[in-house]
Amino acid sequence: MDVKVTEPGKPASAALTRQVQAKLGQQLRSYYEQLIEPPPDRFVDLLRQLEKPGSKDPSE
Amino acid sequence: MTIDASLKDEMLAAVPSLRAFAISLSGNVDRADDLVQETLLRAFANIDSFTPGTNMGAWLFTILRNLFRSEYRKRRREVEDADGHYAETLTSQPEQSGHIEFREFRDALGKLADDQREALILVGASGYSYEETAQICGCAVGTIKSRVNRARHRLAKLLSIDNPADFGPDAVTRAVYGRDDRA
Repeated sequence: MDVKVTEPGKPASAALTRQVQAKLGQQLRSYYEQLIEPPPDRFVDLLRQLEKPGSKDPSE
Repeated sequence: MTIDASLKDEMLAAVPSLRAFAISLSGNVDRADDLVQETLLRAFANIDSFTPGTNMGAWLFTILRNLFRSEYRKRRREVEDADGHYAETLTSQPEQSGHIEFREFRDALGKLADDQREALILVGASGYSYEETAQICGCAVGTIKSRVNRARHRLAKLLSIDNPADFGPDAVTRAVYGRDDRA
């Protein structure tokens, strides 16, 4: 599972290694994906309501 | 107000990611939903300034990001948010195995500076390019690159994954690749 992506002789001090960047990227995407849900009904309704000609701003 | 049905479809299609972005920024589902609602209302009110054929998602993200920034500045004057309050009311939590990692990551994300967090999420999760992210945040591409870079470093430290040894390479691999040969 460990992928050797660090190039030999390359300093790892200043920049994050590719391994670290890959791990961060994977964690970030996984976090974000878990927040993705189908649009809640309130937004489906809101868009439908706003489409009616002459409809008023429902937040008011 | 009437609006082209296809534009409405584009808006609705953008909502899941827009909402995930709002939750990531605010750490609070209720506030995120309010932000999304306000964003959609503003988008409708200003639909004439949207160019059909361009990226509806990016346009909505821009509106939401600006709303969050102005609202946040206002709120911060009222009450200083403690670290621990971030994402306190986040309800969309996964079960079991991924739960701890999710919470750990969410808390670390909450400790980043706002400008770094938004840049990192847009580039690393929402799928926008550095150029698009720069447009959404109203700054230069170089600024975004530097914010993303700083965000990654901070996150790596917070999550204690800034050391390659954390990935458990075997001794030989470590000897070959993991040596500390600072230039």
